[in-house]
Amino acid sequence: MTAKIKPSKGAPYARILGVGGYRPTRVVPNEEILKHIDSSDEWIRTRSGIATRHWAGPDETVASMSVEAGGKAIADAGIAPDQIGAVIVSTVSHFKQTPAIATRIAHEVGAGKPAAFDISAGCAGFGYGLTLAKGMVVEGSAEYVLVIGVERLSDLTDREDRATAFLFGDGAGAVVVGPSKVPAIGPTVWGSEGDKSETITQTLPWDVYRDQTAAEVRYPAITQEGQAVFRWAVYEMAKVAQQALDEAGVNPEDLDVFIPHQANMRIIDSMIKTLKLPEHVTVARDVETTGNTSAASIPLAMERLLATGQAKSGDTALVIGFGAGLVYAATVVTLP
Amino acid sequence: MAATQEEIVAGLAEIVNEIAGIPTEDVKMDKSFTDDLDVDSLSMVEVVVAAEERFDVKIPDDDVKNLKTVGDATEYILKHQA
Ligand SMILES: CC(C)(COP(=O)(O)OP(=O)(O)OC[C@H]1O[C@@H](n2cnc3c(N)ncnc32)[C@H](O)[C@@H]1OP(=O)(O)O)[C@@H](O)C(=O)NCCC(=O)NCCS
Repeated sequence: MTAKIKPSKGAPYARILGVGGYRPTRVVPNEEILKHIDSSDEWIRTRSGIATRHWAGPDETVASMSVEAGGKAIADAGIAPDQIGAVIVSTVSHFKQTPAIATRIAHEVGAGKPAAFDISAGCAGFGYGLTLAKGMVVEGSAEYVLVIGVERLSDLTDREDRATAFLFGDGAGAVVVGPSKVPAIGPTVWGSEGDKSETITQTLPWDVYRDQTAAEVRYPAITQEGQAVFRWAVYEMAKVAQQALDEAGVNPEDLDVFIPHQANMRIIDSMIKTLKLPEHVTVARDVETTGNTSAASIPLAMERLLATGQAKSGDTALVIGFGAGLVYAATVVTLP
Repeated sequence: MAATQEEIVAGLAEIVNEIAGIPTEDVKMDKSFTDDLDVDSLSMVEVVVAAEERFDVKIPDDDVKNLKTVGDATEYILKHQA
Protein backbone atom coordinates (compact mmCIF):
# COMPACT_ATOMS: atom_id res chain seq x y z
CA MET A 1 0.00 0.00 0.00
CA THR A 2 1.06 3.57 -0.51
CA ALA A 3 1.58 4.99 2.98
CA LYS A 4 1.07 8.66 3.67
CA ILE A 5 4.49 10.31 3.98
CA LYS A 6 4.98 13.23 6.29
CA PRO A 7 6.63 16.09 4.37
CA SER A 8 9.64 17.95 5.73
CA LYS A 9 9.03 21.42 7.03
CA GLY A 10 11.26 24.26 6.01
CA ALA A 11 11.46 28.00 6.47
CA PRO A 12 9.36 30.35 4.33
CA TYR A 13 12.50 31.90 2.85
CA ALA A 14 16.28 31.84 3.24
CA ARG A 15 18.93 34.51 3.74
CA ILE A 16 22.65 34.94 4.18
CA LEU A 17 23.14 35.40 7.92
CA GLY A 18 26.89 35.77 8.16
CA VAL A 19 30.06 35.90 6.09
CA GLY A 20 33.72 35.17 6.78
CA GLY A 21 36.96 35.05 4.87
CA TYR A 22 40.55 33.86 5.11
CA ARG A 23 43.41 35.28 3.05
CA PRO A 24 46.82 33.58 3.25
CA THR A 25 49.49 35.66 4.96
CA ARG A 26 51.95 35.74 2.06
CA VAL A 27 51.30 38.57 -0.38
CA VAL A 28 52.77 37.97 -3.84
CA PRO A 29 53.39 41.14 -5.90
CA ASN A 30 53.61 41.18 -9.69
CA GLU A 31 57.43 41.50 -9.37
CA GLU A 32 57.58 37.93 -8.11
CA ILE A 33 55.43 36.67 -11.01
CA LEU A 34 57.77 38.43 -13.45
CA LYS A 35 60.69 36.22 -12.39
CA HIS A 36 59.16 33.40 -14.43
CA ILE A 37 57.43 35.07 -17.38
CA ASP A 38 58.30 37.71 -19.96
CA SER A 39 55.80 40.43 -19.02
CA SER A 40 55.61 43.66 -17.04
CA ASP A 41 53.86 45.03 -14.00
CA GLU A 42 52.14 47.54 -16.27
CA TRP A 43 50.85 44.85 -18.69
CA ILE A 44 49.47 42.75 -15.84
CA ARG A 45 47.79 45.75 -14.21
CA THR A 46 46.24 47.08 -17.40
CA ARG A 47 45.05 43.68 -18.69
CA SER A 48 43.79 42.26 -15.41
CA GLY A 49 43.80 44.98 -12.74
CA ILE A 50 45.79 42.64 -10.49
CA ALA A 51 48.61 44.13 -8.39
CA THR A 52 49.03 41.49 -5.69
CA ARG A 53 47.55 38.15 -4.70
CA HIS A 54 47.84 35.90 -1.66
CA TRP A 55 49.49 32.50 -1.99
CA ALA A 56 49.08 29.93 0.72
CA GLY A 57 52.01 28.52 2.68
CA PRO A 58 52.39 24.85 3.61
CA ASP A 59 50.24 25.27 6.75
CA GLU A 60 47.46 27.12 4.97
CA THR A 61 45.64 24.11 3.58
CA VAL A 62 42.26 23.87 1.87
CA ALA A 63 40.90 22.52 5.17
CA SER A 64 42.57 25.03 7.49
CA MET A 65 41.60 28.08 5.40
CA SER A 66 38.03 26.78 5.24
CA VAL A 67 37.84 26.26 8.97
CA GLU A 68 39.06 29.83 9.55
CA ALA A 69 36.57 31.35 7.10
CA GLY A 70 33.73 29.05 8.17
CA GLY A 71 34.27 29.79 11.86
CA LYS A 72 34.11 33.53 11.18
CA ALA A 73 30.91 33.16 9.14
CA ILE A 74 29.29 31.14 11.94
CA ALA A 75 30.28 33.76 14.53
CA ASP A 76 29.03 36.55 12.24
CA ALA A 77 25.70 34.74 11.86
CA GLY A 78 25.37 34.66 15.63
CA ILE A 79 24.61 30.95 15.83
CA ALA A 80 26.39 28.08 17.56
CA PRO A 81 28.50 25.82 15.33
CA ASP A 82 26.41 22.77 16.24
CA GLN A 83 23.32 24.40 14.75
CA ILE A 84 24.80 23.90 11.27
CA GLY A 85 22.83 21.17 9.52
CA ALA A 86 24.85 20.93 6.33
CA VAL A 87 28.27 21.95 5.01
CA ILE A 88 28.82 22.50 1.29
CA VAL A 89 32.38 23.06 0.09
CA SER A 90 33.08 24.23 -3.44
CA THR A 91 36.66 23.71 -4.57
CA VAL A 92 38.75 22.49 -7.49
CA SER A 93 42.03 22.42 -5.57
CA HIS A 94 41.50 19.77 -2.91
CA PHE A 95 43.71 17.01 -4.19
CA LYS A 96 42.14 13.97 -2.60
CA GLN A 97 39.28 12.56 -4.62
CA THR A 98 37.83 10.91 -1.56
CA PRO A 99 36.68 11.54 1.11
CA ALA A 100 35.09 14.93 0.58
CA ILE A 101 37.00 17.64 2.46
CA ALA A 102 33.64 18.99 3.71
CA THR A 103 33.31 16.29 6.37
CA ARG A 104 36.59 17.20 8.03
CA ILE A 105 35.82 20.90 7.82
CA ALA A 106 32.39 20.30 9.37
CA HIS A 107 34.04 18.42 12.23
CA GLU A 108 36.75 21.01 12.76
CA VAL A 109 34.38 24.00 12.87
CA GLY A 110 32.49 22.18 15.63
CA ALA A 111 29.39 21.49 13.59
CA GLY A 112 29.11 17.93 14.92
CA LYS A 113 27.66 15.52 12.40
CA PRO A 114 25.91 17.56 9.72
CA ALA A 115 25.40 16.52 6.10
CA ALA A 116 28.65 17.46 4.35
CA PHE A 117 29.79 17.24 0.75
CA ASP A 118 31.96 18.90 -1.90
CA ILE A 119 30.84 20.37 -5.19
CA SER A 120 32.83 21.18 -8.33
CA ALA A 121 31.47 24.21 -10.14
CA GLY A 122 34.63 26.24 -10.75
CA CYS A 123 34.23 29.99 -10.39
CA ALA A 124 30.43 29.63 -10.17
CA GLY A 125 30.85 27.40 -7.11
CA PHE A 126 29.67 29.98 -4.62
CA GLY A 127 26.41 30.62 -6.49
CA TYR A 128 25.84 26.90 -6.93
CA GLY A 129 26.43 26.27 -3.22
CA LEU A 130 24.25 29.21 -2.21
CA THR A 131 21.42 27.90 -4.38
CA LEU A 132 21.65 24.41 -2.89
CA ALA A 133 21.74 25.91 0.61
CA LYS A 134 18.70 28.06 -0.02
CA GLY A 135 16.82 25.01 -1.27
CA MET A 136 17.78 22.99 1.80
CA VAL A 137 16.67 25.72 4.21
CA VAL A 138 13.36 26.26 2.49
CA GLU A 139 12.74 22.54 2.00
CA GLY A 140 13.68 21.80 5.59
CA SER A 141 16.59 19.37 5.32
CA ALA A 142 18.81 21.81 7.21
CA GLU A 143 18.04 24.89 9.27
CA TYR A 144 21.48 26.43 8.81
CA VAL A 145 23.88 25.64 5.99
CA LEU A 146 27.56 26.59 5.85
CA VAL A 147 28.66 27.30 2.27
CA ILE A 148 32.40 27.55 1.67
CA GLY A 149 34.33 28.47 -1.47
CA VAL A 150 37.99 27.63 -1.06
CA GLU A 151 40.96 27.41 -3.42
CA ARG A 152 44.70 26.97 -3.45
CA LEU A 153 44.99 27.82 -7.13
CA SER A 154 48.71 28.48 -6.71
CA ASP A 155 48.99 24.67 -6.69
CA LEU A 156 47.40 24.57 -10.15
CA THR A 157 49.27 27.52 -11.63
CA ASP A 158 52.00 27.04 -14.19
CA ARG A 159 54.49 29.72 -13.11
CA GLU A 160 55.88 29.86 -16.66
CA ASP A 161 52.58 30.25 -18.52
CA ARG A 162 52.30 33.89 -19.57
CA ALA A 163 48.56 33.64 -20.03
CA THR A 164 47.72 32.51 -16.49
CA ALA A 165 50.73 32.89 -14.15
CA PHE A 166 49.56 36.27 -12.84
CA LEU A 167 45.86 35.53 -12.53
CA PHE A 168 45.25 33.18 -9.67
CA GLY A 169 45.25 33.47 -5.90
CA ASP A 170 44.42 31.43 -2.81
CA GLY A 171 41.88 31.89 -0.04
CA ALA A 172 38.58 30.85 1.48
CA GLY A 173 35.24 32.61 1.78
CA ALA A 174 32.17 31.34 3.63
CA VAL A 175 28.58 32.23 4.37
CA VAL A 176 25.91 30.82 6.64
CA VAL A 177 22.50 30.51 5.03
CA GLY A 178 19.49 30.21 7.32
CA PRO A 179 15.77 30.88 7.70
CA SER A 180 14.15 34.21 6.86
CA LYS A 181 10.65 35.68 7.12
CA VAL A 182 11.15 37.68 3.92
CA PRO A 183 12.75 36.76 0.60
CA ALA A 184 16.47 37.62 0.82
CA ILE A 185 17.96 35.41 -1.89
CA GLY A 186 16.40 35.88 -5.32
CA PRO A 187 15.83 33.32 -8.05
CA THR A 188 19.11 31.89 -9.34
CA VAL A 189 19.87 32.19 -13.03
CA TRP A 190 22.34 29.37 -13.62
CA GLY A 191 23.45 26.96 -16.25
CA SER A 192 26.30 25.35 -18.12
CA GLU A 193 27.75 25.42 -21.62
CA GLY A 194 29.44 22.08 -22.04
CA ASP A 195 30.29 22.76 -25.66
CA LYS A 196 32.89 25.16 -24.23
CA SER A 197 34.26 22.72 -21.65
CA GLU A 198 37.79 22.98 -23.06
CA THR A 199 38.08 26.79 -22.84
CA ILE A 200 39.16 26.62 -19.18
CA THR A 201 40.57 23.26 -18.17
CA GLN A 202 43.22 21.38 -16.25
CA THR A 203 45.97 20.51 -18.72
CA LEU A 204 46.14 16.81 -17.78
CA PRO A 205 44.11 14.43 -15.60
CA TRP A 206 45.88 13.14 -12.49
CA ASP A 207 45.86 9.57 -13.77
CA VAL A 208 48.48 10.58 -16.31
CA TYR A 209 50.90 9.58 -13.54
CA ARG A 210 49.69 5.99 -13.67
CA ASP A 211 51.63 5.43 -16.88
CA GLN A 212 54.14 8.26 -16.86
CA THR A 213 56.52 9.75 -14.31
CA ALA A 214 56.71 13.29 -13.03
CA ALA A 215 59.91 13.69 -15.02
CA GLU A 216 58.09 12.86 -18.25
CA VAL A 217 55.01 15.07 -17.98
CA ARG A 218 54.61 18.64 -16.78
CA TYR A 219 52.62 18.97 -13.58
CA PRO A 220 48.92 19.63 -14.32
CA ALA A 221 47.78 23.26 -14.23
CA ILE A 222 44.81 25.36 -15.23
CA THR A 223 44.95 26.56 -18.80
CA GLN A 224 42.50 28.72 -20.72
CA GLU A 225 41.71 30.37 -24.02
CA GLY A 226 41.86 33.87 -22.56
CA GLN A 227 40.19 35.82 -25.36
CA ALA A 228 37.36 33.33 -25.78
CA VAL A 229 36.69 33.39 -22.04
CA PHE A 230 36.86 37.17 -21.96
CA ARG A 231 34.38 37.45 -24.81
CA TRP A 232 31.99 34.99 -23.21
CA ALA A 233 32.24 36.79 -19.88
CA VAL A 234 31.63 40.32 -21.16
CA TYR A 235 28.93 39.35 -23.62
CA GLU A 236 27.00 36.41 -22.24
CA MET A 237 27.49 37.02 -18.51
CA ALA A 238 26.18 40.57 -18.65
CA LYS A 239 22.97 39.07 -20.03
CA VAL A 240 22.82 36.52 -17.22
CA ALA A 241 23.36 39.27 -14.63
CA GLN A 242 20.56 41.30 -16.20
CA GLN A 243 18.29 38.26 -16.13
CA ALA A 244 18.99 37.75 -12.42
CA LEU A 245 17.95 41.36 -11.77
CA ASP A 246 14.81 40.89 -13.86
CA GLU A 247 13.81 37.65 -12.15
CA ALA A 248 14.33 39.19 -8.72
CA GLY A 249 12.27 42.19 -9.82
CA VAL A 250 15.07 44.56 -8.85
CA ASN A 251 15.97 47.61 -10.96
CA PRO A 252 19.60 48.71 -11.28
CA GLU A 253 18.54 51.90 -9.42
CA ASP A 254 17.51 49.81 -6.42
CA LEU A 255 20.83 48.00 -6.27
CA ASP A 256 23.43 48.98 -3.66
CA VAL A 257 26.25 46.59 -4.43
CA PHE A 258 27.59 44.57 -7.37
CA ILE A 259 29.79 41.59 -6.52
CA PRO A 260 30.87 39.81 -9.70
CA HIS A 261 33.32 36.92 -9.63
CA GLN A 262 36.75 38.52 -9.32
CA ALA A 263 38.34 37.20 -12.51
CA ASN A 264 39.65 40.32 -14.19
CA MET A 265 39.02 44.04 -13.60
CA ARG A 266 38.42 44.49 -17.31
CA ILE A 267 35.52 42.02 -17.23
CA ILE A 268 34.09 43.87 -14.21
CA ASP A 269 34.38 47.27 -15.93
CA SER A 270 32.75 45.97 -19.08
CA MET A 271 29.84 44.43 -17.16
CA ILE A 272 29.18 47.69 -15.30
CA LYS A 273 28.90 49.46 -18.66
CA THR A 274 26.68 46.87 -20.29
CA LEU A 275 24.38 46.67 -17.27
CA LYS A 276 24.33 50.48 -17.10
CA LEU A 277 24.78 50.34 -13.34
CA PRO A 278 24.17 53.72 -11.71
CA GLU A 279 27.08 55.59 -10.08
CA HIS A 280 25.79 54.91 -6.58
CA VAL A 281 26.27 51.14 -6.90
CA THR A 282 29.34 49.97 -4.96
CA VAL A 283 31.38 47.56 -7.06
CA ALA A 284 33.63 44.85 -5.61
CA ARG A 285 37.17 45.30 -6.95
CA ASP A 286 38.89 42.82 -4.70
CA VAL A 287 40.71 41.24 -7.67
CA GLU A 288 43.34 43.99 -7.41
CA THR A 289 44.80 42.59 -4.22
CA THR A 290 43.40 39.06 -4.21
CA GLY A 291 43.66 37.83 -7.81
CA ASN A 292 41.20 35.25 -9.06
CA THR A 293 40.35 32.86 -6.23
CA SER A 294 37.59 31.04 -8.15
CA ALA A 295 34.83 29.79 -5.81
CA ALA A 296 36.19 31.90 -2.94
CA SER A 297 36.13 35.23 -4.74
CA ILE A 298 32.54 36.36 -4.14
CA PRO A 299 32.32 35.66 -0.38
CA LEU A 300 35.84 37.09 0.09
CA ALA A 301 34.84 40.27 -1.73
CA MET A 302 31.55 40.42 0.18
CA GLU A 303 33.36 40.09 3.49
CA ARG A 304 35.81 42.85 2.61
CA LEU A 305 33.12 45.29 1.44
CA LEU A 306 31.24 44.81 4.72
CA ALA A 307 34.38 44.94 6.87
CA THR A 308 35.58 48.20 5.28
CA GLY A 309 32.17 49.84 5.48
CA GLN A 310 31.82 50.13 1.69
CA ALA A 311 28.67 48.04 1.99
CA LYS A 312 26.36 47.51 4.94
CA SER A 313 24.02 44.91 6.31
CA GLY A 314 20.67 44.99 4.54
CA ASP A 315 22.12 46.28 1.26
CA THR A 316 20.84 44.71 -1.94
CA ALA A 317 23.61 43.00 -3.93
CA LEU A 318 23.81 41.40 -7.34
CA VAL A 319 26.23 38.45 -7.35
CA ILE A 320 27.41 36.53 -10.39
CA GLY A 321 29.95 33.74 -10.73
CA PHE A 322 31.20 32.23 -13.98
CA GLY A 323 34.04 30.02 -15.09
CA ALA A 324 35.34 26.57 -15.95
CA GLY A 325 32.67 24.27 -17.31
CA LEU A 326 31.67 26.65 -18.59
CA VAL A 327 29.21 27.32 -15.77
CA TYR A 328 27.53 30.36 -14.31
CA ALA A 329 25.18 31.39 -11.50
CA ALA A 330 23.72 34.81 -10.70
CA THR A 331 21.26 36.03 -8.08
CA VAL A 332 20.28 39.05 -6.02
CA VAL A 333 20.79 38.85 -2.25
CA THR A 334 20.31 40.94 0.85
CA LEU A 335 23.71 41.34 2.52
CA PRO A 336 24.11 39.94 6.05
CA MET B 1 19.09 47.07 -44.60
CA ALA B 2 22.85 46.59 -45.00
CA ALA B 3 25.02 49.46 -43.80
CA THR B 4 27.22 51.42 -46.22
CA GLN B 5 30.94 51.88 -45.81
CA GLU B 6 30.47 55.38 -44.35
CA GLU B 7 27.86 54.15 -41.91
CA ILE B 8 30.15 51.34 -40.76
CA VAL B 9 33.11 53.66 -40.19
CA ALA B 10 30.87 56.11 -38.32
CA GLY B 11 29.46 53.23 -36.24
CA LEU B 12 32.93 51.89 -35.44
CA ALA B 13 34.00 55.41 -34.48
CA GLU B 14 31.17 55.61 -31.95
CA ILE B 15 32.03 52.17 -30.59
CA VAL B 16 35.74 52.97 -30.26
CA ASN B 17 34.85 56.27 -28.62
CA GLU B 18 32.60 54.50 -26.13
CA ILE B 19 35.14 51.78 -25.30
CA ALA B 20 38.51 53.55 -25.51
CA GLY B 21 37.50 57.22 -25.24
CA ILE B 22 39.13 58.14 -28.57
CA PRO B 23 37.48 61.15 -30.35
CA THR B 24 35.28 59.87 -33.17
CA GLU B 25 37.02 62.03 -35.78
CA ASP B 26 40.29 60.17 -35.16
CA VAL B 27 38.77 56.85 -36.19
CA LYS B 28 39.66 56.59 -39.91
CA MET B 29 40.04 53.69 -42.35
CA ASP B 30 43.86 53.64 -42.20
CA LYS B 31 44.11 53.73 -38.39
CA SER B 32 45.39 50.67 -36.54
CA PHE B 33 43.27 49.78 -33.52
CA THR B 34 46.19 48.92 -31.27
CA ASP B 35 48.90 51.27 -32.55
CA ASP B 36 46.85 54.41 -33.23
CA LEU B 37 43.63 54.15 -31.27
CA ASP B 38 44.64 52.79 -27.87
CA VAL B 39 42.46 49.70 -28.33
CA ASP B 40 44.34 46.80 -26.72
CA SER B 41 43.59 43.13 -27.34
CA LEU B 42 40.83 43.02 -24.71
CA SER B 43 39.21 46.30 -25.79
CA MET B 44 39.29 44.84 -29.31
CA VAL B 45 37.11 41.98 -28.09
CA GLU B 46 34.65 44.56 -26.73
CA VAL B 47 34.73 46.48 -30.03
CA VAL B 48 34.01 43.25 -31.91
CA VAL B 49 31.13 42.30 -29.62
CA ALA B 50 29.59 45.78 -30.01
CA ALA B 51 30.08 45.70 -33.79
CA GLU B 52 28.42 42.28 -34.01
CA GLU B 53 25.33 43.66 -32.30
CA ARG B 54 25.23 46.88 -34.24
CA PHE B 55 25.83 45.49 -37.73
CA ASP B 56 24.22 42.08 -37.34
CA VAL B 57 27.36 40.17 -38.25
CA LYS B 58 29.29 37.27 -36.68
CA ILE B 59 33.01 37.83 -36.16
CA PRO B 60 34.60 34.60 -34.84
CA ASP B 61 37.62 34.76 -32.49
CA ASP B 62 39.90 33.41 -35.22
CA ASP B 63 39.05 36.29 -37.55
CA VAL B 64 39.49 39.00 -34.92
CA LYS B 65 43.29 38.93 -35.09
CA ASN B 66 43.20 39.76 -38.81
CA LEU B 67 41.31 42.99 -38.17
CA LYS B 68 44.28 45.28 -37.63
CA THR B 69 42.87 48.54 -38.96
CA VAL B 70 39.49 50.26 -39.04
CA GLY B 71 39.55 49.56 -42.78
CA ASP B 72 40.02 45.80 -42.19
CA ALA B 73 37.03 45.76 -39.85
CA THR B 74 34.90 47.86 -42.20
CA GLU B 75 35.59 45.56 -45.14
CA TYR B 76 34.92 42.49 -43.03
CA ILE B 77 31.56 43.85 -41.91
CA LEU B 78 30.62 44.97 -45.47
CA LYS B 79 31.30 41.45 -46.70
CA HIS B 80 29.67 39.51 -43.86
CA GLN B 81 26.69 41.57 -42.70
CA ALA B 82 23.32 39.85 -42.89
C1 LIG C 1 44.47 36.40 -19.74
C2 LIG C 1 44.19 37.69 -20.45
C3 LIG C 1 44.48 38.88 -19.54
C4 LIG C 1 45.13 37.76 -21.65
O1 LIG C 1 44.86 38.88 -22.44
P1 LIG C 1 44.73 38.75 -24.02
O2 LIG C 1 44.56 40.08 -24.55
O3 LIG C 1 43.68 37.74 -24.31
O4 LIG C 1 46.13 38.17 -24.40
P2 LIG C 1 46.62 37.53 -25.76
O5 LIG C 1 47.13 36.19 -25.45
O6 LIG C 1 45.61 37.67 -26.84
O7 LIG C 1 47.83 38.44 -26.10
C5 LIG C 1 47.70 39.80 -26.50
C6 LIG C 1 49.08 40.40 -26.60
O8 LIG C 1 49.69 40.47 -25.28
C7 LIG C 1 50.86 39.67 -25.24
N1 LIG C 1 50.89 38.98 -23.96
C8 LIG C 1 50.21 37.86 -23.60
N2 LIG C 1 50.46 37.55 -22.33
C9 LIG C 1 51.28 38.49 -21.86
C10 LIG C 1 51.89 38.73 -20.61
N3 LIG C 1 51.67 37.94 -19.55
N4 LIG C 1 52.68 39.81 -20.48
C11 LIG C 1 52.90 40.64 -21.52
N5 LIG C 1 52.36 40.46 -22.73
C12 LIG C 1 51.56 39.39 -22.89
C13 LIG C 1 50.76 38.73 -26.39
O9 LIG C 1 52.04 38.32 -26.83
C14 LIG C 1 50.04 39.56 -27.41
O10 LIG C 1 50.93 40.46 -28.01
P3 LIG C 1 50.91 40.73 -29.61
O11 LIG C 1 49.54 41.25 -29.89
O12 LIG C 1 52.00 41.72 -29.79
O13 LIG C 1 51.16 39.40 -30.20
C15 LIG C 1 42.74 37.78 -20.92
O14 LIG C 1 42.53 36.94 -22.01
C16 LIG C 1 41.76 37.43 -19.83
O15 LIG C 1 41.81 37.89 -18.73
N6 LIG C 1 40.76 36.62 -20.17
C17 LIG C 1 39.75 36.21 -19.23
C18 LIG C 1 40.35 35.19 -18.36
C19 LIG C 1 39.60 34.92 -17.12
O16 LIG C 1 39.17 35.81 -16.44
N7 LIG C 1 39.48 33.64 -16.82
C20 LIG C 1 38.91 33.16 -15.66
C21 LIG C 1 37.44 33.13 -15.75
S1 LIG C 1 36.86 32.26 -14.37
